[in-house]
Amino acid sequence: MNMNTASPEPAADRGGPAQPLLTVRDLKKRFPVRGHPFEREKKFVHAVDGVSFTVAKGRTLGIVGESGCGKSTTARLIARLVEPDSGSMVFDGDGVGEFGGMALKAFRRSLQMVFQDSFASLNPRLTIGETIAFGPRAHGVPAAQASQRARALLSRVGLAPDQFASRYPHELSGGQRQRVNIARALAFDPRLLILDEAVAALDKSVQAQVLNLLQELKAERGLTYLFISHDLHVVHYLSDEVMVMYLGQVVETGPVERIYGHAAHPYTRALLSAVPSMDPSRRTERSPLAGDPPNPINPPSGCRFRDRCPSAQAVCSAQAPALLETVRGRGHWVACHMNDPLSGHGMARAEVAA
Amino acid sequence: MSAILDGALPEAAPLTRSYWHLVARQFRREPVALASAAVLLAIVAAAVFAPWLAPADPYKASMLRRLLPVGSPGYLLGADELGRDMLTRLMYGGRLSLLMGVVPVLAAFLIGTTAGVAAGYAGGRINMLVMRTLDVFYAFPSVLLAVAIAGALGPGMSNSLIALTLVFVPQVVRVAESVTTQVRKLDYIEAARMSGADALTIIRVHVLGNVLGPVFVYATGLLSVSMILGSGLSFLGLGVKPPEPEWGLMLNTLRAAIYSNPLVAALPGAMIFITSIAFNLLADGLRSAMDIRK
Repeated sequence: MNMNTASPEPAADRGGPAQPLLTVRDLKKRFPVRGHPFEREKKFVHAVDGVSFTVAKGRTLGIVGESGCGKSTTARLIARLVEPDSGSMVFDGDGVGEFGGMALKAFRRSLQMVFQDSFASLNPRLTIGETIAFGPRAHGVPAAQASQRARALLSRVGLAPDQFASRYPHELSGGQRQRVNIARALAFDPRLLILDEAVAALDKSVQAQVLNLLQELKAERGLTYLFISHDLHVVHYLSDEVMVMYLGQVVETGPVERIYGHAAHPYTRALLSAVPSMDPSRRTERSPLAGDPPNPINPPSGCRFRDRCPSAQAVCSAQAPALLETVRGRGHWVACHMNDPLSGHGMARAEVAA
Repeated sequence: MSAILDGALPEAAPLTRSYWHLVARQFRREPVALASAAVLLAIVAAAVFAPWLAPADPYKASMLRRLLPVGSPGYLLGADELGRDMLTRLMYGGRLSLLMGVVPVLAAFLIGTTAGVAAGYAGGRINMLVMRTLDVFYAFPSVLLAVAIAGALGPGMSNSLIALTLVFVPQVVRVAESVTTQVRKLDYIEAARMSGADALTIIRVHVLGNVLGPVFVYATGLLSVSMILGSGLSFLGLGVKPPEPEWGLMLNTLRAAIYSNPLVAALPGAMIFITSIAFNLLADGLRSAMDIRK
């Protein structure tokens, strides 16, 4: 299966396998809220508030969190569909948009995105062949060659080109449309693929097929995934690392088995215990968490999770916890005072101090 | 499999079903719209080919034949207040009246779509500036606005065309802007931006295709309004000047005969009515034919 014949410029690896593909530092974005015109103070929603993380080459980072926690905004900020207020990104050793670094345009071509709504992400007036060929054509690839590439990509994602290339999006099923979206994203040979709830709208059997396709493509093309989802099962299946977000901030991040097995943050524990169990004897009667996430316009002082946290103490409202690496799990970082022996939290583990 | 991927793909089957193909097929299933199109075609043909089809000279007056009733021998639809053949004048009148209907709407369609799509795609402050400026025009009823502009520019055919265009531009801009704003938020525009294509390419390929349809339908609906407004301007003496045949003007000059010969006096009005109804029904038919996503 040699796909590189269809692409004029194969993605070049520069820093070697040890260098992270993408490093994000302190990404911030706030959106102004339209308030009362006579109000003095302008209000802002702090959608993404100081998010930092790295994605290793060829790995999948799953980003989870309830709706409104800033997962999708983070994706859009990385893709530069939304301009960040502050923060920096390093892509394979090159600072994005920095002097002497990587141009924004080149960065954009190195990453592509698959959206949740398979229908809204396809132009209803273009055949799917035209849709896939649009990107390459916009970059000057001749029409015949672009449509050739579109057909090759269609057959790679499991849609017979003769049957599908001249169809319109409304003639396809949801799963087929999402395959088309994946094919379009691959048209540039990106190195990073952002999957923003890409399988959330599909039913389970189709979801499984698309997930398997994603796994195959990843192995075949050395892709790196940023997989955003609220579906914890899917994240568990697909991800190597997991990052949990709450109200625009990272609360916990680490290797997938570590997070699913030894979650350290109370929010992550609550999130994981909310997953329905297949075992009837393990059914929970009590809801793990009460209330709604607080208003992101006026987030609580200190730890943002404190007013829903079962073990909140005075220190939690006084000071925001820093993201610190746990002692036991390498690469497992938690933003909770209970993980920090010096925080003064009564439940901060003694063995951590030792 | 690898042979296929290495480029030995069979040539793409010719694309037989373009979007407009589907619309045309759908349109043929709408009897009312088809009938309207036929009526309009007949009226346009009569107007365009008037010099060859008309039975008489539209300017030749005769005191003897003043206000002949409908059905007089040799004068199928009677004669007007100066004894000119009504049928001939109605056919010639269609030329100017249809021109009044089509030209301002076409001009407003081109100007308005450009401005509306640009404002909608740019969004933010530019959009607000354009839209709030155009809102000034909305403060006046369109008839009043047309009369005011035509009055300010002075009477005459070209001035009334300009006046009508100015009346319709804000309306078309508003429709184009609102559709563009809706389309711009959709994921396929974001996906196109991800591909790194420049704004003009995205507008040409992804925005226009989805905006032109609704704007076009809206503009079709304006054709009848434009014709009626144009006739109104002529009626008020701001548009076409006598003795040129034009339906609105004819309505005006014949209004004295409304008691003595109502049938003849009503004929230009009937033509305006039939034509504008046909335009409206055609617009309705197009609207449903273009909605292929059923």
